[in-house]
Amino acid sequence: MKHINTLNTKLLQNTVAKGGCGECQTSCQSACKTSCTVANQACENK
Amino acid sequence: MIHKYRMNGLNIVLDVNSGAVHLVDDVVYDILDFYKEVPEEEIASKLADKYTAEAVKEGLEEIKELEQNKMLYSEDIFAEVIPKVENRNPVVKALCLHIAHDCNLKCKYCFAEEGEYHGKRELMSLEVGKKAIDFLIKSSGNRKNLEVDFFGGEPLMNFDVVKGIVEYARSVEKEAGKNFRFTITTNGILLNDDIMNYINENMHNVVLSIDGRKEVNDRMRPRAGGQGTYDTIVPKFQKLADSRNQTDYYVRGTFTRYNLDFSKDVLHLADLGFKQISVEPVVTDEKEPYSIREEDLPAIFDEYENLAMQILERRKNGQWFNFFHFMIDLTGGPCVVKRMVGCGSGTEYLAVTPTGDLYPCHQFVGMEQFKMGTVDTGVVKPEIRKSFEGCNVYTKPKCRECWARFYCSGGCVANSYNTHGDLITPYEIGCEMQRKRIECAIMIKACENNG
Ligand code: SF4
Ligand code: SF4
Ligand code: SF4
Repeated sequence: MKHINTLNTKLLQNTVAKGGCGECQTSCQSACKTSCTVANQACENK
Repeated sequence: MIHKYRMNGLNIVLDVNSGAVHLVDDVVYDILDFYKEVPEEEIASKLADKYTAEAVKEGLEEIKELEQNKMLYSEDIFAEVIPKVENRNPVVKALCLHIAHDCNLKCKYCFAEEGEYHGKRELMSLEVGKKAIDFLIKSSGNRKNLEVDFFGGEPLMNFDVVKGIVEYARSVEKEAGKNFRFTITTNGILLNDDIMNYINENMHNVVLSIDGRKEVNDRMRPRAGGQGTYDTIVPKFQKLADSRNQTDYYVRGTFTRYNLDFSKDVLHLADLGFKQISVEPVVTDEKEPYSIREEDLPAIFDEYENLAMQILERRKNGQWFNFFHFMIDLTGGPCVVKRMVGCGSGTEYLAVTPTGDLYPCHQFVGMEQFKMGTVDTGVVKPEIRKSFEGCNVYTKPKCRECWARFYCSGGCVANSYNTHGDLITPYEIGCEMQRKRIECAIMIKACENNG
C-alpha cells in the first residue's frame, strides 16, 4: 500500500476462540495499584 | 469505530474492534473525515483544494481494502464475546496481603491513611497468612499460576511473617499443582542487605516507592517527624535494582497537582539509573489541595507528550528505560476477553486484611459494605462478587462508546466507586489521562517500528 502502513496484523477478532483462559497476571499486581491497563500485559496462553 | 490523531508528525489511525494500528499519509487521514459521512463521489470535491482526484481515489481504494480485511471499521465483536465473558466463572488467582496496617512514613496521599486503612494499626499473623494461602489454593480451581502480593502499610514492618508465608506457600505448592509468584511493595526505609538478598531469591517482582526529584518526594513522602526520605532510600533502591539486573522491579511514584511537570521526575529517576519506572497520577478526594482537577488536564497532556518525546530521544541514544504506562504490546498482548473484563477485582483478585477479612481489592479495604468474608469462611457474600463480575466494558455505557476500551479494559472500579458511588461509571479525569497515555504509547511504538 502506498498511503497506509499497518503496524500490526494480529487481530483481536482472532483471539476470541482461544481467549479467556485466565492464566495471565491480574492487572493491578504489576506496579500500579491505582489504575488498570491491560494492553501491556502478556498472554500466558501460548 | 476508528480513532485517529496526529502526534510527533505521524498520522495514526486505530481500528478499535480489530486493534489494528495504521500509519497513514495526509490524503487518507483527511479522507477519513468524510468517509462514511458523505457519498464517496463527493469526497474528492471536498478535498479538491488539497489533493488530486487521483490521489483521493487511490486513498479510498486502500481504505476499502483494509475494510474488507477487517482492519478498518471492523465490526463490533461484543455480541460474540459476551457469553464467553459471562460464562467464564472466574476463580481467585491473586491475593493482595495487607501484611502490615502500619507504616513508618506519613505520605500525604496514602489511600491507606498512613497505613491504617480507616482502622487501627495491625500486623498480619503468620496464622492468618497461612490461611490466606490455603484459601487461595482452594479457590483457584485449575489455575496454576497464583500471585501473592505483600502490601501494606509497609510490609517490611512485619517481614518475619512475609518470610513465614513464603516458606509455607513453597512447602505446599508442588503438591497442590500450583506455582506462586510473589511481589512485595516497600518504601525502602527498612531495606538492608539481608532483606535485599531475600527479596532477590524469593520475589518475582518488587515495587519500590519513590516519587522522583528530592523536593517532590520529600514533600509528599516524609517520615513521621517531617524529615525527607529521599536520601535514605535512593542508594538502597539503586543497589536493589542493580542486583536484580534492572529487571523484575519498578520504582513507583505518584504525581499530584504539586508536580504537574512530572516528566522531570520520571527523567530524574532514569538519571538515577533506574530502568523500570512507573509514575502515576494521584487518586484522591478532589477536595485535597494536591488532587488532579479537570483544569490540569491540558498541562498533563502536554507533559505526557513531552515525556514520550524524551523517551524516544533517550532510547535513540542508547539510554533505554521503560515507563510502565507507555508499555503497549501491539503484536500480541491479551485476548479480547481479558481486554473486556479488566482488573478482576472482586473475582480473580482479592485483598486480605491483617485480621483475615476479604475485600474486592486493596482500594476497597476498610469499606465495611464491601467485606466479602474471611480467610476462614471464604467468600460469604456472593452478591458482592456478582456485582464485580458484572463489570466489563460492555456493561459500562461510557466504555462501550470509548475508542480506548480494548486498551484500558474499563478502568479502575475503585476509582469509579470513589467518584460516582457505583462500579460502572468511569472516573472521567482518569479516562482522559488514560486515553492520552495510550495515544502516546502507540506513537512511541509507531516511531520505533518505523525506524
Ligand atoms: S492468558 Fe491469554 S488467553 Fe488466557 S485470559 Fe489471559 S490474555 Fe486471555
Ligand atoms: S478510558 Fe474510561 S471510558 Fe474509556 S474504556 Fe477506559 S474507563 Fe472506559
Ligand atoms: S479496582 Fe482499581 S485498584 Fe482495584 S484492582 Fe482494579 S484497577 Fe486495581
